[in-house]
Amino acid sequence: MIVTIAAKELRILFGSPLAWIILGVLQLLMAWVFLNQVDAFLGVQGQLLQLVNPPGVTEMVVAPLFGATAMILLIITPVLAMRLIAEERRNHTLPLLLSAPLSLGAIVLGKFLALWLFLCLIIALAAAMALALIAGGPLDIGLLLVGLGGLVLLAACLAALGLYFSSLTAHPAIAAISGIAAALGLWLLDIAVQQVAPLRALSLLQHFGRSNSGLLDTADVGYFLLFAATFLMLTVLRLDRDRLP
Amino acid sequence: MSALDLDLYRGEVLGLLGPNGAGKSTAMQLLSGNLAPSSGSVEICGVNLSAQPEAAKAHLGYLPEIPPLYRELAVGEFLRLAARLHRVPKAKLDAAVSQALQRCGLDEVAKRLIGNLSKGYRQRLGIAQAIVHNPSVIILDEPTTGLDPLQIREIRELIATLGRTHGIILSTHILAEAEALCDRVLILRQGRAVFGGGMAELRRQWQEDGASENGLEEMFVRLTRQETLP
Repeated sequence: MIVTIAAKELRILFGSPLAWIILGVLQLLMAWVFLNQVDAFLGVQGQLLQLVNPPGVTEMVVAPLFGATAMILLIITPVLAMRLIAEERRNHTLPLLLSAPLSLGAIVLGKFLALWLFLCLIIALAAAMALALIAGGPLDIGLLLVGLGGLVLLAACLAALGLYFSSLTAHPAIAAISGIAAALGLWLLDIAVQQVAPLRALSLLQHFGRSNSGLLDTADVGYFLLFAATFLMLTVLRLDRDRLP
Repeated sequence: MSALDLDLYRGEVLGLLGPNGAGKSTAMQLLSGNLAPSSGSVEICGVNLSAQPEAAKAHLGYLPEIPPLYRELAVGEFLRLAARLHRVPKAKLDAAVSQALQRCGLDEVAKRLIGNLSKGYRQRLGIAQAIVHNPSVIILDEPTTGLDPLQIREIRELIATLGRTHGIILSTHILAEAEALCDRVLILRQGRAVFGGGMAELRRQWQEDGASENGLEEMFVRLTRQETLP
């Protein structure tokens, strides 16, 4: 059932121009960042050779590319998520799902899965560009894989967060803007509260930054999984509350 | 809504009548599990809707006031989705979809996008999604709004056919429709039932009070007049 709902969401997403425009425009942006980084790397390559332990191409090109991809995901995920519940509510299509023999959990998980898969497609396009560097020399595959894993987990968090904000309202635009504000807020928490360690630990940037520099920490993985699970559960509770008088 | 008590039997069409705002749609949302009652319970085919929602909803087909249709999908594709969501086994999908298409007269538009359909076709597609999985209980909220007279006749024939083998609850504000289709009616006013029984009974009750030409309409007006209930 979860798969049926996910397939339906993806079918509707790809049936509208939105998915294709997002994929095209993002590819353009990511390619721009990528080429800029490659250019910068080529410019300083000579000087790097004189260092004792110089940073490689993976650190200088791939990590900034993934960082930019994360920033892009942060902004577009709420836009994609707004359709999932807020727009269904506005178009009065939710009763189809609510009167079918499905649990709210299955509905929410199906929608989450569809969004996550779509974000993974964007990440795969970024990864494909990074992998193309293999043609020019060796890559640090370990660093690349950990960065990629961090990006996939971050996408899960953003999808769950976006879905929750989508469940709060019947106005897709409000869902998108509040979702972006919340995601940015969590991101910036890192800069805003330099002094307060417990608050800093809540920042998405803090955790993503570490995985993007090649550090695989179970604490970060745990943070991402808990974050996503929390917002998925909040979404289920919110939908359940709609039924109550 | 308060003190609403209704039973529906297989092979019966029950009509919910009442002025706008009387609680017809709310009653149907409660019965379909889209709203939860603050007190009381709903049982579908002996399964309690709040205790085992999934098992109970498996017996249910529901057409809300606004048909829940995805504009981006084609008609056939949408019915397939509705059938899948209602757990029609994969092997029976094609048969279920083509039967629903044929019953609701949608064959010629099966490949069209829902966004491009006229209101009449959308309404029929709304009915099709409610019956595609052959449920025991069918709830139709104003099934004939937006249809032309010919389509209304077709849909009424369909409802009458379905009503022989299923239990159907429909809401309407057209009295002639209730009279033509329903075995029993429940008249609501301000969230309460003010009359429940067969159409013949309603007629008889009126005639005892003194009959007139359009007795049915008078009766309806009297039962539902906007005065505060005692």
